Amino acid sequence: MIELLTNLFTDYTLRTVALGSGLLGIVSGALGSYAVLRRQSLLGDAISHAALPGIGIAFLLTGSKSPIILLLGAIVAGWFGTIQVMSIVRHTRIKEDTALGIVLSVFFGFGLVILTFIQKMPNASQAGLDKYLFGQAATLIEQDVWVMAGLGVPALLLMGIFWKEFKLLSFDPDYGASLGMPIRVMDILLTTLIVVAIAIGLQTVGVVLMSAMIVAPAAAARQWTDRLGTMVGLSAFFGAISGVVGSIISSAMLKMPTGPTIVLVMSAIAIFSLLFAPNRGVVWTWLRMRSNHRQLQVKAVLEDLYILAQQHENREHAHPIGVLKTMSNGHGGVDRSLEELESQGLAKKVVVVGWALTPKGFDSAHNEFDSESENVRSSN
Amino acid sequence: MSAAQIEIQLIGSVVAVACALPGVFLVLRRMSLMSDAISHAILFGIVIAFFVTHDLTSPFLVIAAALTGVLTVSLVELLTRTGLVREDASIGLVFPVLFSIGVILISRYAGNVHLDTDAILLGELAFAPFQRFELFGVDIGPKSFWLMLGILLLNVTFIVLFFKELKLATFDAGLAAAIGFSPLLLHYILMSLVSITAVGAFDAVGSILVVAFMIAPPATAYLLTNRLSILIVLSAFVGILSAVSGYWVAHWLDASIAGSMASMSGVIFGLTFVFAPGRGLYAIAQRHRTQRWEFAGRMLTVHLYQHEGLAEESVENRIDHLGEHMQWESTFAARVIRYALKKEYLNENDGFLQLTESGRTLAQKAIVE
Amino acid sequence: MPEIEIQVPAIEVTDLTVAYNEKPVLWDIDLEVPRGKLMAIVGPNGAGKTTFMKTVLGLIKSAAGQVLIEGKPYTKARHLVGYVPQRGSVDWDFPTTVLDVVMMGSYGTLGWLKRPGRQEKDDAFTALEKVGMAKFANRQISQLSGGQQQRVFLARALVQDAEIYFMDEPFQGVDATTERTIIQLLKEMSDANKTVVVVHHDLQTVPEYFDWVMLLNVRKIASGPVSEVFTENNLRLTYGGKVAFLSHHEAGEMFEEKDQ
Repeated sequence: MIELLTNLFTDYTLRTVALGSGLLGIVSGALGSYAVLRRQSLLGDAISHAALPGIGIAFLLTGSKSPIILLLGAIVAGWFGTIQVMSIVRHTRIKEDTALGIVLSVFFGFGLVILTFIQKMPNASQAGLDKYLFGQAATLIEQDVWVMAGLGVPALLLMGIFWKEFKLLSFDPDYGASLGMPIRVMDILLTTLIVVAIAIGLQTVGVVLMSAMIVAPAAAARQWTDRLGTMVGLSAFFGAISGVVGSIISSAMLKMPTGPTIVLVMSAIAIFSLLFAPNRGVVWTWLRMRSNHRQLQVKAVLEDLYILAQQHENREHAHPIGVLKTMSNGHGGVDRSLEELESQGLAKKVVVVGWALTPKGFDSAHNEFDSESENVRSSN
Repeated sequence: MSAAQIEIQLIGSVVAVACALPGVFLVLRRMSLMSDAISHAILFGIVIAFFVTHDLTSPFLVIAAALTGVLTVSLVELLTRTGLVREDASIGLVFPVLFSIGVILISRYAGNVHLDTDAILLGELAFAPFQRFELFGVDIGPKSFWLMLGILLLNVTFIVLFFKELKLATFDAGLAAAIGFSPLLLHYILMSLVSITAVGAFDAVGSILVVAFMIAPPATAYLLTNRLSILIVLSAFVGILSAVSGYWVAHWLDASIAGSMASMSGVIFGLTFVFAPGRGLYAIAQRHRTQRWEFAGRMLTVHLYQHEGLAEESVENRIDHLGEHMQWESTFAARVIRYALKKEYLNENDGFLQLTESGRTLAQKAIVE
Repeated sequence: MPEIEIQVPAIEVTDLTVAYNEKPVLWDIDLEVPRGKLMAIVGPNGAGKTTFMKTVLGLIKSAAGQVLIEGKPYTKARHLVGYVPQRGSVDWDFPTTVLDVVMMGSYGTLGWLKRPGRQEKDDAFTALEKVGMAKFANRQISQLSGGQQQRVFLARALVQDAEIYFMDEPFQGVDATTERTIIQLLKEMSDANKTVVVVHHDLQTVPEYFDWVMLLNVRKIASGPVSEVFTENNLRLTYGGKVAFLSHHEAGEMFEEKDQ
């Protein structure tokens, strides 16, 4: 483990890959929050697939494999694909899911045509373009990281500059428009930033898995917080952690492709968050439901004791536990409920005979049940 | 054409039709992207089954894939039902996990075997004719052709048998449930068929072409017809057209066949999107052009009608005030008036406009329409 | 304030026609609302009530006609207008707090780059107090009841400190307490000479809550003081008979097309 961490600082390749993946995680995590909140999670999938022909065309046009040119090609194509999705949805009765599917598969197919066409071109130094399909983080060099930073950092800055506009766009666009905000322009800008975030990740995780980088950190972050700012920050943090940890794991193990490893680390964080995040997590909700259930049970036993007590002159007349169990209709937990009531000083155990309300318990039950029924009556 | 060329086009066409059938229902049920999720996720099932059987053509692969497909759908539904993430995010969470596990398993444990991620995702139709299917020692054609034909028949049988139920469950799930069909069961059967079709096709054409064939032809047909039965037939036809034309484009460019077929399905969709009679962009634009004057004319009659006989009539219904009131450019207003005069909706009297009887009827009709 | 402005109606709509794909959903609407009125827009489902409001606010383009807010086109009078959209139009699971939503009301005057600060926070608190929600300021919005959500939206509009308020079905699905709170606020606003336009569904409460009304069903059936125009005859023209049913049906379909 320690060796791995020292490798992070000494091993040039690992350092570059981890840096690149971490950076990518930050950018896609932060911007992915908006995609998830706006229910555009799968737009990321369509954009990343649509970017593929852009890479090929950029190479065909320039003959250059410089990362910045290929990335610009990817951005233009991803953006064009998004426009197509919007245009299909707007002008036909075809729904968004189908429009996304068409753009995703057709653009990707077209990208394949171009890549295979390039491969068969005579004396072209074509090798290396197909790394964008599945991503090859190991081929990241310092220059690539600089390009990623050069595009990613401005994207994050713009996100900060238009913070409140993007928030309003995501929450209530009509209201934003009524305030005079150019909502369409903001929409296009935010989508463009998401396209940029996706494009810079293609070389590392590839076309197919890039959408996970958009969705998973944001879905995880959402579970821990109820503030947009915290969510975006946390999502970026989860993205970064997954990027770095994924790179380390994949460098430490033989034949462990980086992209899928990063995605799995990220998904593990998402699953953990969905299960265990306080307040929202599945386990938390389950525990809360159970505790509510317990409280209801205790309350029911208290009510039963109260009903019994009202039937006797002596309010502290004790009743056998069997009676209480019969009254609870087999809901169970009567013993535990009685112990709970005893610990609260509301009921007491009378040796041999059974259980009775304490005076405090009687008052408490009276307030709880009788005044409540009066309330119900008066509100009707 | 060589025999191999014909065989490739035949395989492509059979795959196209086999995909289009369940695809129609995916598109209509707004679940198109489940095809994307399933076709990626089944990599996981394929790899697991392959480790068990060591045979890429084993029927276990089909079963494993069907199970993975159902698993994917169930996981997505499970996640969505927690209410913690929306359906789109659930899909986006589930399939990358299964796909990633598949990729990692392949690269770690199947390095030297004939199973690589490229082939599954991209397919290589050019090699499909090399794998022959022999019956009693007689070569009766490429293996993938017969496999896909079998899957096609399965899909056809399902749709023919459950046409009524599918139709009802697609357009009115509530009613279907009320009269005793289980939309959920149909849903899972449909998803299994999508998975089986995807796994059958991955070896020959790759999963991405499966997505293209499942979505683009039905979407194209959806722009051309309203009737479900025609929609299905038309989707199949568009699929075949994409496959055959795609093959020849690939032949001409010497590029990926699956990619070309997917591209052609997109091109055909694009052409339909622009030129479809009635629903295409061109038809809409043309209709707007002709309707524009008719609509403006009606707008004018309604305007005159609303103010007829009222005190403000003498101001509102004057030509020189019209442009100002309707916020119309004066040239546009003049053209609308000329149009309305020609149609005899109104009379002009010294700069004052008055509805004719037919103009009044038109306005009344327009208002209650 | 110069005296002449007092004669300008708060809202003046002339010959407004709105169409989706050349199908009209609003036909040639004329409307004048004097300042300080509390006006209800009523009409059957799909009559174009929300469309009318959105068109006045410039959210939907009109095919013809014009809208003047205090004598000025909307783009120049935006600061005079506050808007309360339908509660159901947003995702209440959005990660934000009550206070944050209310502060959105100040975004219009803040301008680019500026973040809401002390002043905006105080304004938001004041508005929350007015709607009785101050103690919920730091609550996540998904934990609110329908009535509380509506009050938060109302507070957000109050922050805009507008002269004219547009509210889309503020009483839809709210509890009795909220309804009372809202109507009391509306009356106070009206007393302060603010103009309030409300899309309203409950015909029974129109005479009690409002002093001005517009009956709308694709075209304007009538508008004016409630005592004069809120008559059985006008209501029948708006809602009753085959005519109303047809237009309701058609307009409803158009909405669906547009919404998706």
